[in-house]
Amino acid sequence: MKPKIYGNGLYKIFGGDATTAIDLLKAGQSKDEIYAATGQTVGVRDVSFKVAEGEIFVVMGLSGSGKSTLVRMINGLIKPSAGEILIDDVNVADCSDEQLRNVRRNKVAMVFQHFALFPHKTVAENAAFGLKIRGMKASERRERAQAALEQVGLGARGDSYPDELSGGMQQRVGLARGLASEPEILLMDEPFGALDPLIRNDMQQELLELQRTLKKTIVFITHDLNEALALGTTIAIMRDGVIAQTGTAEEIVGSPADDYVAAFTRDIDRSQVFAAASIARPATPLDLATDNAEVAMTRMEELGIDAVHVVDDGKLAGIVSYRAASAAHRDGLDLKDALTDDFPTASPESLLNDLYPLAGTEYPIALTDEKGQLTGIVHPQDVFQQLANEEEEEEEKEKA
Amino acid sequence: MISPSDFLSLPFDDWVNIFVRDWLVPNFRPVFRAMQWPVTQVLNGLSTFFNATPMLIFTAVLSLIAWRTSGRGVAIFSLIALIFIDLIGLWPETMTTLAMVITAVFFCVVIGIPFGVMAARSDIFRTILRPILDVMQTIPSFVYLVPIVMLFGVGVVPGIIATIIFALPPIIRLTDLGIRNVREDLIEAATAFGATPWQMLVEVQFPLAMRTVMAGLNQTLMLALSMVVIAAMIGAGGLGLTVFTGLGRLDVGNATAGGVGIVLLAIILDRISQSLGEARAMRGPSLLATIRSLFSLRANKPPAEVERAG
Ligand SMILES: Nc1ncnc2c1ncn2[C@@H]1O[C@H](COP(=O)(O)OP(=O)(O)OP(=O)(O)O)[C@@H](O)[C@H]1O
Ligand SMILES: [Mg+2]
Repeated sequence: MKPKIYGNGLYKIFGGDATTAIDLLKAGQSKDEIYAATGQTVGVRDVSFKVAEGEIFVVMGLSGSGKSTLVRMINGLIKPSAGEILIDDVNVADCSDEQLRNVRRNKVAMVFQHFALFPHKTVAENAAFGLKIRGMKASERRERAQAALEQVGLGARGDSYPDELSGGMQQRVGLARGLASEPEILLMDEPFGALDPLIRNDMQQELLELQRTLKKTIVFITHDLNEALALGTTIAIMRDGVIAQTGTAEEIVGSPADDYVAAFTRDIDRSQVFAAASIARPATPLDLATDNAEVAMTRMEELGIDAVHVVDDGKLAGIVSYRAASAAHRDGLDLKDALTDDFPTASPESLLNDLYPLAGTEYPIALTDEKGQLTGIVHPQDVFQQLANEEEEEEEKEKA
Repeated sequence: MISPSDFLSLPFDDWVNIFVRDWLVPNFRPVFRAMQWPVTQVLNGLSTFFNATPMLIFTAVLSLIAWRTSGRGVAIFSLIALIFIDLIGLWPETMTTLAMVITAVFFCVVIGIPFGVMAARSDIFRTILRPILDVMQTIPSFVYLVPIVMLFGVGVVPGIIATIIFALPPIIRLTDLGIRNVREDLIEAATAFGATPWQMLVEVQFPLAMRTVMAGLNQTLMLALSMVVIAAMIGAGGLGLTVFTGLGRLDVGNATAGGVGIVLLAIILDRISQSLGEARAMRGPSLLATIRSLFSLRANKPPAEVERAG
């Protein structure tokens, strides 16, 4: 599928003519060397990325790594020194003022870290700002702004001024201002950075909820990995102006590309990142229609396990333990009579965190999709293994 | 003692004479006459209006305005001051002076705000404008009365034009400063939503600069009042003339009465115009913050590299 936003070979050099600095970068010089040689600051160097329609693309990195520079290139607040950036088919790095204005008015809205609300306008006027700029009639834009304010839970505060609201509320106004113009793309530069942790958590949940209902393409900047993992469909990690790694939360935490990324992910609660599917083993179920208790016993002996799942007409029907199977075999009973349905199940998307309570039972956890089909099984010991992974790796490193 | 003038003397005065009398005046007379026209219209309108308004009504209305904008104290002060002016027999002169001052301030606003906006938008324009404003403020006002008289003749309108020139700099400077001090992140936000330069000015920059612009207006008003006596020297009337003739005849009483009238008028206008700038609707940065940033303008200047397209 065609990406919604496509950045290709982007550079940004602050402080005058960029050609020499770019040549030096291409020759392999570092940010510091270039600063020493030319006095110029490298903001972003050779960055390429794709953002698919409807995803939350999170950019994270330490302070000064170029996140803000990158996101500001998307709506042309900063012109790249080199490279192109396509929104649908418009190259915002190289288009007329008129075209750029059109993109900003109709396609891309931005939410700012320090809110950047207009202090001389009421909350409702702030929310309607983008619409007013676009030239919409007063009555219509009042309606739309009100709807956006209601979306963020501030329907009753339209007549207040921003300085009468708390930080969390102000950021909601910022969000409403972005949503009111119904953009296809929402750029958010550390929007929750100035909020305290509790409100921050609420806002993250609300953003996910909004995302589910409105299906916007969101580029989200943060320097908090937990936030990145909680929100990101795709996460790009930046260091010194380059993207060190792009991937899903599991890819970033599970196989960090280098020490820099690994250092970020070290203190992460892995159980919040990994889904059950990541540690699932392929299921080898028996079929009620064709297999009997004896087959069950042989299968378990072959695989060295004490219980095996059984499906009926494609659907998970139950589990049979070795003891039950041998009893049934001895008494000449059907496999059906040896089944028990007292076993844990979970969806493949559920996080390891949610598997903890299930991992205490004697049976493996069955992963079933929404149609009730068995997609895999999780052995309790694998859960703890995966969570312990990181520490072991580190110990090994220390030994080496 | 030897001095350079023993060897060379420059006929500077002749040069100026030739420039002004033989070139500027004959060639540009019509231009200067035309410039007087709008000033005359505004002045006549205001003057007729103020002189036709009965004293009691005028006093009541001005006190009411003072009360609404600046509170009870200023309102009571205005009431007493205006009655006092009437009692000492200077009411008509005060109205004339008020008409002159307001005319001058009106043109200062009409000229000064666009210049201030342009200066805020363009560093080049500002660099050119600055020394001109410095000169306008440092030349003693007596000095340019002469060319004014040569170009415009004598009378009330030339007096007002001298006043405009003298009182113009603060409003230009503070409009420029106010706009430049609008928070960078708000400019960025407006740009991000696709504002045109004009929308930026009307929606964001000017409203937020309003407080500072009003401070400039206040200063301009005060400077205009301070020109009242000097303008009287070239034929402007009103309280300035009372003081001026009083001085000429060594009539201390009359001169003092005129002076007191000017001071009272100045206090009333100062208070009212100051509180206009403090009004709630103008939620700009506080004046204190603005003045503080005036002294650290260099440090606050946004890095030249913050590019803004559109
Ligand atoms: N206008 C500018 N002029 C000069 N250098 C700049 C400018 N803006 C950013 N830089 C430099 O570019 C680099 C990247 O800055 P950027 O603001 O993109 O970082 P960031 O990742 O957003 O950091 P933070 O988390 O602190 O917001 C930094 O070294 C910064 O000093
Ligand atoms: Mg930043």
